[in-house]
Amino acid sequence: MSSQPNSFRNQPDECGHFGQFGGRYVAETLMPLVLDLEREYRAAKADPRFQEQFDDLLEHYVGRPSPLYFAERLTDALRMDAPEGMGAEVWFKRDELNHTGAHKINNCVGQILLAIRMGKTRIIAETGAGQHGVATATVCARFGLPCTIFMGATDVARQQPNVFRMKLLGAEVVPVTSGAATLKDAMNEALRDWVANVHDTFYIIGTAAGPHPYPELVRDFQSVIGREAREQMLRRTGRLPDLLVAAIGGGSNAIGLFHPFLDDAEVEMLGVEAAGYGLDAKHAASLAGGAPGILHGNKTYLLQDEDGQITEGHSISAGLDYPGIGPEHAWLKEVGRVKYTAVTDQEALDAFQLLCRTEGIIPALEPAHAIAAIVYRAREMPRDQVILANLCGRGDKDIFTVAERLGVRM
Amino acid sequence: MTRLADAFARGRPALICFLTAGDGDTAANLDALVAGGADVIELGMPFTDPMADGPAIQAADIRALAAGTSTADVLAIATAFRARHPAVPLVLMGYANPMVRRGPDWFANALTDAGVDGVISVDLAPEEDADLGPALRDQGIALIRLATPTTDDARLPAVLAGAGGFLYYVSVAGITGKQQAAMASIEENVMRLKQQTDLPVAVGFGVRTPDQAAAIARVADGVVVGSAFVELVGEHGAAAPAHLQALAAGLSAAVHAAREAHA
Ligand SMILES: Cc1ncc(COP(=O)(O)O)c(C=O)c1O
Repeated sequence: MSSQPNSFRNQPDECGHFGQFGGRYVAETLMPLVLDLEREYRAAKADPRFQEQFDDLLEHYVGRPSPLYFAERLTDALRMDAPEGMGAEVWFKRDELNHTGAHKINNCVGQILLAIRMGKTRIIAETGAGQHGVATATVCARFGLPCTIFMGATDVARQQPNVFRMKLLGAEVVPVTSGAATLKDAMNEALRDWVANVHDTFYIIGTAAGPHPYPELVRDFQSVIGREAREQMLRRTGRLPDLLVAAIGGGSNAIGLFHPFLDDAEVEMLGVEAAGYGLDAKHAASLAGGAPGILHGNKTYLLQDEDGQITEGHSISAGLDYPGIGPEHAWLKEVGRVKYTAVTDQEALDAFQLLCRTEGIIPALEPAHAIAAIVYRAREMPRDQVILANLCGRGDKDIFTVAERLGVRM
Repeated sequence: MTRLADAFARGRPALICFLTAGDGDTAANLDALVAGGADVIELGMPFTDPMADGPAIQAADIRALAAGTSTADVLAIATAFRARHPAVPLVLMGYANPMVRRGPDWFANALTDAGVDGVISVDLAPEEDADLGPALRDQGIALIRLATPTTDDARLPAVLAGAGGFLYYVSVAGITGKQQAAMASIEENVMRLKQQTDLPVAVGFGVRTPDQAAAIARVADGVVVGSAFVELVGEHGAAAPAHLQALAAGLSAAVHAAREAHA
């Protein structure tokens, strides 16, 4: 890389571009709204009352700050088969302890405050695993706004507990049957609803993707994860971690952890995509197995064929089963600041069980991918080094999927 | 004069007919539209994720892709159409990703070879023009832009910069399909657009019947009909051409005569 930027933290440019990625690729009906949202977001960012409201809800409603936790037994277990002197310490940022059980709520709190500022009276969202749908339904109940959640029919079938949660919270859940009936189809349908209801509807996008300013504002709302973690780590250990690790669906929990550390040159970062059945088979790793293209409002790496048709991904984790990735990750990969890898369904399942037994924590299948990557990396790093991973969700929602894959009848 | 300009310079409003490429016998279906009096053909490039389309065109895209339609097939359909109908303007409509996949210059060259006159790229906002606009304009291919009820006067110049062919007014804030806008709103908006551009203004989304088309043609330079044709292809398969020609004939008669009746 001949010309590195002075800072990795001042993206995107004023047009929403992260290098060649990002942008605003939406139908004309949505453009004025997207421009409006950007204006409103700039105003909110400069308004101390907005920040106060956001911080207050995060503290008293979501339960922040989330703990920073040294996973001693996992560290020991990984040291057992590490070479002499190797086996880094593993620490977790415990965002699975948030209200609703994942990092998704951080973003939903921020976006619903924006929606209210803009005078919108109806909320829509897409969801894959149902975590973002539950978080959206939760903040809608909290603020008394009606909400409609679009969810692929395939995901409705495999995530029944979350569907019921959303309904309990008062949301309407619309099963989407087009395409493979998963997350990307749910996003298409949400965009179709939005185009038809721009006058009163706010679209709460669940990951750091979509048309500008969504990738930026979702990142900013999720950056509370990295800001807290950086400060907690300094306070507890007097140093910064050597390696950050996070799972990547669209990339919101990962960018939330990474962004506050991007200019700490000594901190390495690793994003973990879903390799599904393997990178030579069906998977959901758009950086490892995709190419740059345009979908859902932004230019980024996509799983696609030579004609630009989007191909279906696969992951055991519904939350990672998306053929794209947030544009900032596409840029961070290209400039080389963050490394990306991918782990299979099986590796994630093994890591899921490892964490259950060593730490008494049942992780979501999404962060189980991050843990699987740590299993390989920890043994290559000296014992005095520190890995910090985002434990971005708890596994209650996944126990049925895991039972099925382990051949257990419940 | 270009084929597109010519189609709007006949002293009467133009009928613009849409079909999805690769959905059924596209050559026979397009010939039926021309025989029925279509002035401009809009050929849809099927896409896996047609975010701005309603159920009819989504289903057509799925049928076309399931039949194995590739970008090469779409270009072959266009090339053959140009050979059969040297004077009828042909516009490709679709989403940005399949258009830019091999690079903008590749696409612009391929369209020139195929005899395509214009491109409508639904999700290529004017703000992202660089991805495709310069390459098309270099080759003399019109980049046809969309204006909608949400495009206000302050924004319109951005939409018009670099636009060519005609201005496509999407009459409803919504997806393609059945809803139709109130005539009063269409008239008001077309007048508003015409104050800022010399391009012909065509109106589409939700137009299905000769009566609707005639009412629009009284105030606009062109009328676009899509889902109604696409549904006939879905319903009648190999027998679609006769139905397409009949609908096109009814629509073109109504559109072409719209101003005479009210002169
Ligand atoms: C717990 C959890 N982690 C991660 C993800 C993936 O999203 P992202 O990459 O935006 O963090 C999801 C999505 O549903 C999730 O529920």
